Amino acid sequence: MKTFNAKIMTNQSVSTRYWQITLDVSAIDMPVQPGQFFHIQCGDAWKNPLRRPLSVYHYNRELRTLEFLYLVKGTGTQQLTLKKKGDMLNLIGPLGQGFTLPEQGALLLVARGVGVATLHALAREARSENKRVHVIISARTPEDLLTVETLTHIGATVHTVTDEEETSSVESVRSLSEKLIREEGISAIYTCGSRRLSKLVQELADEYQLKGELATEAHMACGIGDCYACACTIRKGNQLKTVRVCTDGPVFPISQAVLQ
Amino acid sequence: MTDLTVKISSLTLKNPIMPASGTFGSELAPLLDINRLGAIVPKSITLSERGGNQTPRVCETDGGMINSIGIQSKGIEHYIANILPSYQDFEPPLIASISGESIEEFENLAERLDREPSVAALELNISCPNLRDHGQAFGMSADTTYQLLGKVRAVTTKPLIAKLTPNVTRIQDIAEAAERGGADALTVANTFLAMAIDTESRKPRIGNVMGGLSGAAVKPLIVRFIYQVHQATNLPIIGSGGVMNGQDAIEMILAGASAVQVGTATFIQPNAMNTITDEITDYLVRHHISAVKDLIGQVNLD
Repeated sequence: MKTFNAKIMTNQSVSTRYWQITLDVSAIDMPVQPGQFFHIQCGDAWKNPLRRPLSVYHYNRELRTLEFLYLVKGTGTQQLTLKKKGDMLNLIGPLGQGFTLPEQGALLLVARGVGVATLHALAREARSENKRVHVIISARTPEDLLTVETLTHIGATVHTVTDEEETSSVESVRSLSEKLIREEGISAIYTCGSRRLSKLVQELADEYQLKGELATEAHMACGIGDCYACACTIRKGNQLKTVRVCTDGPVFPISQAVLQ
Repeated sequence: MTDLTVKISSLTLKNPIMPASGTFGSELAPLLDINRLGAIVPKSITLSERGGNQTPRVCETDGGMINSIGIQSKGIEHYIANILPSYQDFEPPLIASISGESIEEFENLAERLDREPSVAALELNISCPNLRDHGQAFGMSADTTYQLLGKVRAVTTKPLIAKLTPNVTRIQDIAEAAERGGADALTVANTFLAMAIDTESRKPRIGNVMGGLSGAAVKPLIVRFIYQVHQATNLPIIGSGGVMNGQDAIEMILAGASAVQVGTATFIQPNAMNTITDEITDYLVRHHISAVKDLIGQVNLD
């Protein structure tokens, strides 16, 4: 973990609400795990004093580039869209606990909305180890389906569902998931981006005895474990514990998730 | 050579810069040179374990932030067994910030920490806006402040620093009460009780509805408080609220602060305290001033 500046190589919109930014991090030598995040200064320190935590979309070890796919949600991410090629960005990272891969078997990734950005990094990591990867991407509309081509290109099998096409209900995703679990040798299941889908993944992991992990998100101030702003509740054994998303997470075993 | 040392009661600090409680932890070690701080102030500790408040616990505002952490804490025994030892290899003296729900809890905490040689001083957080209903705090009443200080004074010989709340009508009254009660120094001040609403959802942007405002936006208010408190008491003052750079720190020192705490700035840049210390040195060199202590209270009113 360090604080550093990186030059912006590209920063462009990929759909109505989503942008993608690529940074040159050639000066930085660091291992980056899928599921980890960077804490980013998005704009003016008066209007937006707090950093924004963005999870890694793709870290290219050979080219030393770091990419984020981000949802333009508030004033901080709006400021980030104003950054141009050649501008410098100040980051702290990599931060937090990332995903862990299963020893063997295929992976099932269940993503909703911008959650696919986080799971994209995991899909790449698994594919680089020649593990089979199935990704269910859920979104409001077909236009909001992100990274389908990229994921297909790296050899993941992508299944899309949308609210507009009425294919994204929890029941539909459950039957699709169960089919994949039965037929594709799934040994681990991962999710990010939806509480309803997290609940489903928790049930599936339990019912089918799968390794399961959940990537969470939270409002943060420091991002490194000092301020306790990003607290969340997890279950450890029979006890409920308040932990920090930034350092104890953002990835947790799905069995520990407390989902209302 | 510029002399950055300052005195807070019997404590000599190598420079005036220290963290504001709740914004600092040993996690900063890779990003900040902790040995260059004037003092170490770990997050406030309570007698027993506390889970903290509901989320969202922070939100951003123009030039600042509102927090309502609610002092998530593992309790005093964990603090003594784990937190204090985690700082033993660092040079700066450690100021333990303590927070209680009753005067008796403050007493118990002070009594317990009085036996710990690694604790150089106690900061009494009598001003957290996030513990009781609607931001009520001990430090809002001069009588309670006087009583609380007196009780704690009786159980420890360590320097006592009372952290005042800005949410009062006349801060001088509270400062005088703390001094009479036995305080050795004052931290001026804690966060301002504040609120923000998301106009799209019409919901408060803090889970606990209200929280404490900090950051650059509050600095002029804090400078005013420091000036007023400096007029009213002889106690050394630790300024706290909105210091972002060396210039801001010097401003508080000129108003009457002997030392300065840095909090929100650390969230923006983790090494802010090191940068601010360098900027204080630059200021002294530029103005041919040999010792920073010569600037305390030296605002020119002519």
